[in-house]
Amino acid sequence: MATRLSDVLRGLPARLRLEGTAKQSVETAHHRLMVAGVLFAVGFAVVSLRLVDVTMLKEGHEPRIAHHNRATGLERERADIVDRNGELLATSLGTASLYANPKLILDANDAAAKLAKVLPGSGERELANRLGSDKSFVWVKRNLSPRQQFAVNRLGIPGLFFQRDERRVYPHGALTAHILGFTDIDNRGLAGIEQSFDEKLRQSDTPLQLSIDIRLQHVVRQELAAAVEEFRAIGGAALVLDAPTGEVLALVSLPDFDPNAPGATDSEARFNRITLGTYEPGSTFKIFNAAAALDYGVTTMRDGYDASKPIQISRFTISDYKGQKRWLSLPEIMMHSSNIGSARMGIDLGRDRQRQFLSRLGMLKPATFELPEVAAPLAPNPWRDINVMTIAFGHGISVTPLQVAVGVSAVVNGGILRPATLMRRPEGQVPPGERVMTTRTSEQVRALMRLVVERGTAKSANVPGYVVGGKTGTAEKIVKGRYHRDMRISSFAGAFPMQAPRFVIYAMLDEPKGNKATHGYATAGWVVAPLVGRLVSQIAALYGLPPVDESGPELRDQLLINVAVR
Amino acid sequence: MNPARADTSVFARWWWTVDHWTLAALAALVGFGAVLALAATPAVAQRIGLDPFFFVRRQMIVLIPAIALMVTVSMLEPKTVRRIAMVGFLAAVALLALTFVVGMEIKGAKRWIHLPGFSLQPSEFVKPTFAVVAAWLFAMQHKHERFPGDLISIALYLLVLGLLLLQPDVGMAVVVTAVWFSQFFLAGLRMSLVMLLGGAGLASLVGAYFVFPHVASRINRFLDPSSGDTYQVTTALEAFLNGGLLGRGPGEGTVKSVLPDAHSDFIFAVAGEEFGLIACIGLVVLFMFIVLRGFTRVLQESNLFILLAVAGLLVQFGLQALINMGSTLHLIPTKGMTLPFISYGGSSLLALSLGMGFVLALTRKRFGPGEAT
Repeated sequence: MATRLSDVLRGLPARLRLEGTAKQSVETAHHRLMVAGVLFAVGFAVVSLRLVDVTMLKEGHEPRIAHHNRATGLERERADIVDRNGELLATSLGTASLYANPKLILDANDAAAKLAKVLPGSGERELANRLGSDKSFVWVKRNLSPRQQFAVNRLGIPGLFFQRDERRVYPHGALTAHILGFTDIDNRGLAGIEQSFDEKLRQSDTPLQLSIDIRLQHVVRQELAAAVEEFRAIGGAALVLDAPTGEVLALVSLPDFDPNAPGATDSEARFNRITLGTYEPGSTFKIFNAAAALDYGVTTMRDGYDASKPIQISRFTISDYKGQKRWLSLPEIMMHSSNIGSARMGIDLGRDRQRQFLSRLGMLKPATFELPEVAAPLAPNPWRDINVMTIAFGHGISVTPLQVAVGVSAVVNGGILRPATLMRRPEGQVPPGERVMTTRTSEQVRALMRLVVERGTAKSANVPGYVVGGKTGTAEKIVKGRYHRDMRISSFAGAFPMQAPRFVIYAMLDEPKGNKATHGYATAGWVVAPLVGRLVSQIAALYGLPPVDESGPELRDQLLINVAVR
Repeated sequence: MNPARADTSVFARWWWTVDHWTLAALAALVGFGAVLALAATPAVAQRIGLDPFFFVRRQMIVLIPAIALMVTVSMLEPKTVRRIAMVGFLAAVALLALTFVVGMEIKGAKRWIHLPGFSLQPSEFVKPTFAVVAAWLFAMQHKHERFPGDLISIALYLLVLGLLLLQPDVGMAVVVTAVWFSQFFLAGLRMSLVMLLGGAGLASLVGAYFVFPHVASRINRFLDPSSGDTYQVTTALEAFLNGGLLGRGPGEGTVKSVLPDAHSDFIFAVAGEEFGLIACIGLVVLFMFIVLRGFTRVLQESNLFILLAVAGLLVQFGLQALINMGSTLHLIPTKGMTLPFISYGGSSLLALSLGMGFVLALTRKRFGPGEAT
């Protein structure tokens, strides 16, 4: 049985043997052919499955062919800017820009004539020159409206082309002009946040969130504009800070401009009085003078100075606006805004401590701020005794309103200086800041500021239940080296509610003129304090702050001051 | 129109012996190819500035002789098939060698011989004729022990391979190699050698990646679509998506106006867009049917030459279809290869007609073992 195949084969005739091996190889071929057949069947099955896959199972993927027809999607070259609540302040819209290849234009004059008709504002002559040049690329008009694009297409002029372009749009117009700044036609930031965050806005897709509250911004601008008009001021400025964090909630400088068309405005309108204007702060500076004197222990709330007669020093005379002509306690000096008392306090404080204190409050170097438009303050050099006396009541030094407001927030928030910022600070990410005075000093000065509003020069800033505190300041402007009696900067710097300040308010009018209602006065107490009062009411309403009982015992303990000691 | 069974004319004999199923499938394929040529080529012609029906006319002019060729060849006896294939093979190789002298350079490769009125791509004719010749050589080795069929076959294969790689035409070389190797495999090559040669084949594919920059670039783009321009494949896939189940309708497609090779290498995408998934699967089934039908017919075949020749020709036909559809569907790297009977291309159509004519001739019902070898 165990006969081997080869033995069998050997016994066969040659012809048959060959037939046998051939048969065997045919059988092998049959088996292997079946393998090949299976492989082919698998191959064709894979192709069929893949067909089903690419045809039917790509649901949800929109066909890209449709995309080609759309004016290339949502890729934008510049990120949006939003306010602290996500309200859109600046965005970029896709537009079409028209350019021409003059080499392809058949008749430049004819083309220019037709184009000038559908694109108002482009001179036919100038267009004809451009279209007739021997360049191969000239802009005809940037950022056409869809209607204009349609009209140009309808002209059917060969050699004209559209390029997708982008245009920066500021939905709130002039309202945010001094904060956001603007961009040029190629969407490069030229001022404001647009300039200082140019790179970030280009690289990022996520909106840049500012600390501004556009609702408050609107309220502040409206009230400020009304005051500027009422007192025929040449300008005005107002700033609202979040006292604990230093976030800027509103920043208004008037006049302003439409950032959608920045070219149409003059440089006066583009001047940001809050950050770029340096002014003698006047009596608002007495806040810092008092704070320094109290913090260094030079004086106390019970001490005072003789203000019975003006101070003569070299060729200057320091006198009071409404002199009481007697000894005045520290609260009285603040209440009556006594220059004489402040100057004497300044002398007691001394040059070095005064300079040191102001330096700590950031008054002697440009403010740290996100806008590129930040001015350096002007401080005397050398710092003589006469400077010590005038600086004590806010003359002989020029700072920006931003610096005053930041200083006030340090004074009222318990003595911690934090630079103002336009960036929204997420909860719990408030920088530690720098302690510039004791908590005790802060409490005392808050009481003094409250006193000024309650019983002093800033009574019109008072809003019952909201415990406003602050200090007015009226400084004559220096024109050609001389103080000018009829050209003033009237300002107010303060905060509320004074028992636990949440908002720091600064407001200023540039060259206000008195009217009948103010009996011709244009001093801060008459023109700015009422504005601040209106702002406080509006802010309180906007944020739903509950009024407090001002005669309650807790508040009285904290803020009441014994004014006259002797 | 069935001729009487008793009719002994050439046509009647052919009709009663030829495989009607394969014939019908081929007719359907040719018909669908003609419709697609009408749909796809005008857009391509217009884009390159020719008369819209330029390609249609050219294709129709070739189509009629091609069909005639296929039918005529299918009437031949196996012995005649073998002789024609041998003569054809020698002529095709000679012409292939001639391309290096008088060849016309198109897209970086010299593959064409320009004749008055039309151009000829000799390598297309090498494929079917070499399949028959190699089948005969392998079969002879088995029949006459002392006949060095395997060795001659190897030598011819290396000659063809060398000529194809010199052109360079890597795609064609891959197909010829696959066909020749499957025939060798079917002819009973020892499994150890199958493994060895299979490994060598893979190694040379890797080698091609390093030797031929255009091969490397195509494979790179397949593996990592972001590394280069995958415009053709992406557009092709979109075409299938646009077509959906039933297609957008004949002539309604858009892909043909944007794809440079819409009429040849990417015609399957045009079919997908205009006729939809169902028609495409129908097409796949047609190809599969022709291949497997042929395989089953030769499974009853006891003549090794016929078995190897038919298998080789069908492997060539099926592989070409798979490679074309696979690259259009982004299953494999893009490989310029025509879709048999569907793509535009005169040489390809004539050569395929010749090959399928061989298949029809060899799969006809015969009585006795046949005397081809």
